[in-house]
Amino acid sequence: VTTTLQFDIAHLLAGSLVLVSFMLLYQARMYALLNLFAVHAIVLSLSVAWQAYVQGAPHLYVTAVIALGFKGVLIPVSLHRIVQQLRIHRAIEPVVGVGPTMLIGMGLVALSIGAVIPVTLGSESLAREDLAFALAVILLGLLMMVSRHNAVSQVIGFMSLENGLVLAATGANGMPLVVEISVAFSILIAFIVIGIFLFRIRERFDTVDLRAMDDFRGERQ
Amino acid sequence: MSPGAFLLAGVLVVPVVAAAALALIPGYRLSAQVNVLASFVTFTLAAALFRERPEPGLFLIVDDVNVVFLVLSTLVGFTTSVFSAGYIAHELEVGRLTPVTLRFYHAMYQVLMAAMNLALVANNVGLMWVAVEIATLTTVLMVGIYRTHQALEAAWKYFILGSVGIAMALFGTIVVYLAAQDVVGEGAEAMAWTVLVRESGAFDPALLNLAFVFLLLGYGTKVGLAPLHAWLPDAHAEGPTPISAVLSGLLLNVALFALLRFKMVMAGNSEALPPGPMMITMGLVSLLFAAFMLYRRSDIKRLFAYSSIEHMGIIVFAFGMGGPLANFAGLLHMTLHSLTKSAIFFTVGNVAHAKGTQVIDDIRGLTESHSTLGWTLVVGTFAIAGLPPMGVFMSEFLLVSSTIARQPLLAVPLVIGLLVAFGALLSQVTHMAFGDGTGEPVGKPLSHLPAFIHLGLVLVAGVFIPAPIVAWFQEVAALLG
Repeated sequence: VTTTLQFDIAHLLAGSLVLVSFMLLYQARMYALLNLFAVHAIVLSLSVAWQAYVQGAPHLYVTAVIALGFKGVLIPVSLHRIVQQLRIHRAIEPVVGVGPTMLIGMGLVALSIGAVIPVTLGSESLAREDLAFALAVILLGLLMMVSRHNAVSQVIGFMSLENGLVLAATGANGMPLVVEISVAFSILIAFIVIGIFLFRIRERFDTVDLRAMDDFRGERQ
Repeated sequence: MSPGAFLLAGVLVVPVVAAAALALIPGYRLSAQVNVLASFVTFTLAAALFRERPEPGLFLIVDDVNVVFLVLSTLVGFTTSVFSAGYIAHELEVGRLTPVTLRFYHAMYQVLMAAMNLALVANNVGLMWVAVEIATLTTVLMVGIYRTHQALEAAWKYFILGSVGIAMALFGTIVVYLAAQDVVGEGAEAMAWTVLVRESGAFDPALLNLAFVFLLLGYGTKVGLAPLHAWLPDAHAEGPTPISAVLSGLLLNVALFALLRFKMVMAGNSEALPPGPMMITMGLVSLLFAAFMLYRRSDIKRLFAYSSIEHMGIIVFAFGMGGPLANFAGLLHMTLHSLTKSAIFFTVGNVAHAKGTQVIDDIRGLTESHSTLGWTLVVGTFAIAGLPPMGVFMSEFLLVSSTIARQPLLAVPLVIGLLVAFGALLSQVTHMAFGDGTGEPVGKPLSHLPAFIHLGLVLVAGVFIPAPIVAWFQEVAALLG
């Protein structure tokens, strides 16, 4: 049985995740971006842990611990080192300005609430709100990926998007563990892939700014 | 363990074991042979599955629909491994690959095969998603294997767009689960595709609609449907040619298969949005867009990559139309496209070796300088453009005639797209195949055998399809709804 308090806390945590996603959008410096991503992952792990408690599903604690340890600590720390090694801690320039990005972001949040709430009237309210927030986090992650040129910030956008997926998956009552494992697993693989790419890109281009690679876009003549 | 379960396990385990072995074997000759052998064993096991089916479980299933995809996939996987053996020997010679990257390449090839087989036999939609994701990641790594500027950019673009697609697909999968758990109850049952199809009539239609939009966009990215196709031409052009063949011939089909699974779930619910019109629209847009793009390509691999987008558009259109005849045409077209397109990529890889370039303007008079190669390219291009007596003509003809019978207006853009693409391919290939041969032959040609086998099968399909295969395809077409 879902009490009002349980509902409010779940709501609060998922809402904070959306808020942190917004803050990720306008971070101009690399280190601040990394730290904020760590916060994103920590909020996610709290939210997942709360779901585990409310649903009485102990296996979700595993997902929470993975989110905390892997995405909250390990990845930000290693990205910190990569950024340091590559000497790219200078300011990032978003493609569109902060103002328009935030406006688009608000539009996306409105869109996801407008799309999810009406169609899930029949479901439990806990799942409903969570799904709407999760979709908002996913869309904000997408927005971040397209509005940034820098490879590291695109990766962070991608990982915040995956956080939204984890939120959606854990909000769905009793979703089989296979998916949770797979989500964690795919993040791991994705990170390895990305790591390799970053190093290769560094090796070849002396920059991870993707605009340096845009010269090669399109047809080879 | 029943014989069927044994075969099913084999289809999944053989590539995994081979991948582990190939990561350790140092010599390229031996590893290429192991690669071919493993692919062949997987193919025979898959073909045997056609007769001996295991009991469907909650996680794995072999039914009439996926066995078509499985046999096709392992067959093309096997012939591509034969082509790949000759191809990589050449790449080692010119130093584009090192022995270490080669080990990696072979291991990844088998991981890719295992992941695609898993995606096809998965009954759990979450497991299917995981398998498609693994297949995507392995191909990302293989596209970037040459580590040139272009290869890295292509791989990065593929990775970013592929992950966005795969994320949307997962969200759609989660929403499907939410719709199912209200009816079926929590747990693995609510993710089993067989249960979903059986019970989907009782699902909340609004949730299903939301899910299908995300699934269509997500898996549609992987199918290469416009406007989500941007990764496809680059990935085909910059990666090793065997990978282009596998991408076009197989991976696009696997993503399409995932989409079809969910289309069947949607079709079971009378109140949900019919999936057909959405698929028809995306199919037609891809067809027309790619057909016009074919004219101005200057890179031979990109040219045929756009042709893949065009054909996936046709196939999605066919399945979107639905009904026994259009589904039959779609299924036939998918099979023949896989065979023809991989044969073309084998030939294109050969051409690129022989001429030392992928630039269309620099390839002239192939039939003069390399007659077998030149004519294979001509025949392959004619086949994919849909000239009789090749099989692609048959499937396109069936599709057009069934469309005219049911929705004459939709046949107009379809025929325009087919004709535009036809003209583009013909003008491009005459350019390359005829005229005075320029330059000296550079490398010695690779084996033509895989391409011959594929084109031979396509020719046979155009002239005479054996009755059991027709019956089999008809049965599957009826199942697809």
